[in-house]
Amino acid sequence: MITRFLWQGMGPSLRAAVLFVLAIGIILPLLNQLMPAGSTFYVPAWVLQLIGKYLCFASLALAVDLVWGFCGILTLGHAAFFALGGYCMGMYLMRQIGSRGQYGNPLLPDFMVFLNYKELPWFWHGFDQFWFAAIMIVLVPSLLALALGWFAFRSRVTGVYLSIITQAMTFALMLAFFRNDMGLGGNNGMTDFKDILGFSVQSDATRATLCFASALVLAIFLVISAAVVGSRFGKALTAVRDAESRMRFLGYRVEGYKLFVFVLSAAMAGVAGALYVPQVGIINPSEFSPGNSIEAVLWVAVGGRGTLIGPIIGAFAVNFGKTYLTGALPEVWLFALGALFIAVTLFLPKGIVGLWAQVRKARAPA
Amino acid sequence: MSMTEHRSTSALLYLSGVTVSFDGFKALNNLSLLVEPGEMRAIIGPNGAGKTTMMDVVTGKTRPDEGEVVFDGKADLTKLDESDIATLGIGRKFQKPTVFENHTVRDNLLLALAGLRSWYKLLLAAPTKAENNRLAEILSIIRMEAQQHMLAARLSHGQKQWLEIGMLLAQDPKLLLVDEPVAGMTDVETETTAQVLREINKTHSVVVVEHDMSFVRALGVKVTVLHEGSMLAEGTLDQVSADQRVVEVYLGR
Repeated sequence: MITRFLWQGMGPSLRAAVLFVLAIGIILPLLNQLMPAGSTFYVPAWVLQLIGKYLCFASLALAVDLVWGFCGILTLGHAAFFALGGYCMGMYLMRQIGSRGQYGNPLLPDFMVFLNYKELPWFWHGFDQFWFAAIMIVLVPSLLALALGWFAFRSRVTGVYLSIITQAMTFALMLAFFRNDMGLGGNNGMTDFKDILGFSVQSDATRATLCFASALVLAIFLVISAAVVGSRFGKALTAVRDAESRMRFLGYRVEGYKLFVFVLSAAMAGVAGALYVPQVGIINPSEFSPGNSIEAVLWVAVGGRGTLIGPIIGAFAVNFGKTYLTGALPEVWLFALGALFIAVTLFLPKGIVGLWAQVRKARAPA
Repeated sequence: MSMTEHRSTSALLYLSGVTVSFDGFKALNNLSLLVEPGEMRAIIGPNGAGKTTMMDVVTGKTRPDEGEVVFDGKADLTKLDESDIATLGIGRKFQKPTVFENHTVRDNLLLALAGLRSWYKLLLAAPTKAENNRLAEILSIIRMEAQQHMLAARLSHGQKQWLEIGMLLAQDPKLLLVDEPVAGMTDVETETTAQVLREINKTHSVVVVEHDMSFVRALGVKVTVLHEGSMLAEGTLDQVSADQRVVEVYLGR
């Protein structure tokens, strides 16, 4: 039953996308590990780190697309779920430092010693165990999404009002996490991580594994999303997107559909954030900044909203551009981002994937 | 007392003393209406008479300020929302055809098909043999077998109307509310629509809201005239046409 569920959405192009993502996640890390450093085929660790980061962003974009592209909920706060997953991972990584911190306190992370904490806050307990952290990575974003969605969807908050609420949510969380007495590192956040599951986060082998894990997670998310979208649930979901009140008059309880994808999407964003943190080595409240959520929406728009491959292409394309421009012409990046938003809205309403379909249609004999 | 009162009625739809006001304007004013099982009823009235508001009240889109709305002798529609009411067996066809444009004809019908509505069941559901048979049946009734895999967005206006009628058949409601079905139709299409509605009426109760008098005449059913949110007259079209108050309302004072 589960396998049938998972296979129902797998078309040929999607199968190709899953294999491509897995190939990136296997070949690049292997080239890093097996090739000698001087070889043409050697992939340096910083490339793995970059690709791993992009893969996490692609998972976030897929999560955004699931709610925006397939259910019409324009979320402007999805980076909050990403950051919450990241914070859960950060708490685990902090507890792995143990007595190797600057202050050498075996129990308290450095920032707590610095802020004169006498004992570990209650919500830090359990985060020394990976399994506990792993559960929280999924649970914390899901519960927030469940609470927010429950009230918003039941009260029939839609459109721009819902977007504003999600934006307000991430902004409020950012302000909360900036406070030192939140017990989560204040504006410095958490960094100086040492180990993950007993392996050094700095080592090339760990970076290679994290890159692979990011690809694997993205591939799994693709399969899950395709199954959801390809099911009868998915048909109902896009029908809700296109004509919500018609669905109500057909007897569908629209809130349930929205809530399910919203929570699923938040959990996906959380896992993506958790994989992102050990690869970049830091998590701080700026991850909650409203701009991050808007950027994630832009990735989806650029790649192609309402398709499963689009957000992945968009996340890679925009972030590659960002990496390049912020290095080569740092002052240009924000203007480029703004221009991209306008250009996509005006000329590419269906994104890169839609453009490709347009070109194919134009070339086909009439 | 009121409980026993409407329990004793055999009416499929029972409205009593329904009042709806928007910012002081009474869209419905102490409206009472009975529709018997198997009946087809035409509701006419000038613009602003409260026809659409009446439909909104029955389908749960608008809550009445006062009054009783009872379906099938037991369900209090003022306490339920749109999806509950639809599940009870009240279908609604809007003036403008509303089909799911990004879905195929077949998927439109599948979504409308009576039965599965809960999200967790739909995640794993595969169409059953009975459902496929029913879909084939409806596709043949609305003569759209050839277009079944076409996106609804690519259908013509008339085909969309047919698809929507197919969706209502798929939904199989006990009571069907139809809002101005012949707006913008030619005379021939109007006549065909009247035939279709009479056909549907053989197995379903129908309430039709309409402006077009020749269409109402073609239906040949009991007519209720609404005016300023209340019932003005009721009877055959000839009876109400002869009513002096109805003439005044329609011809103006």
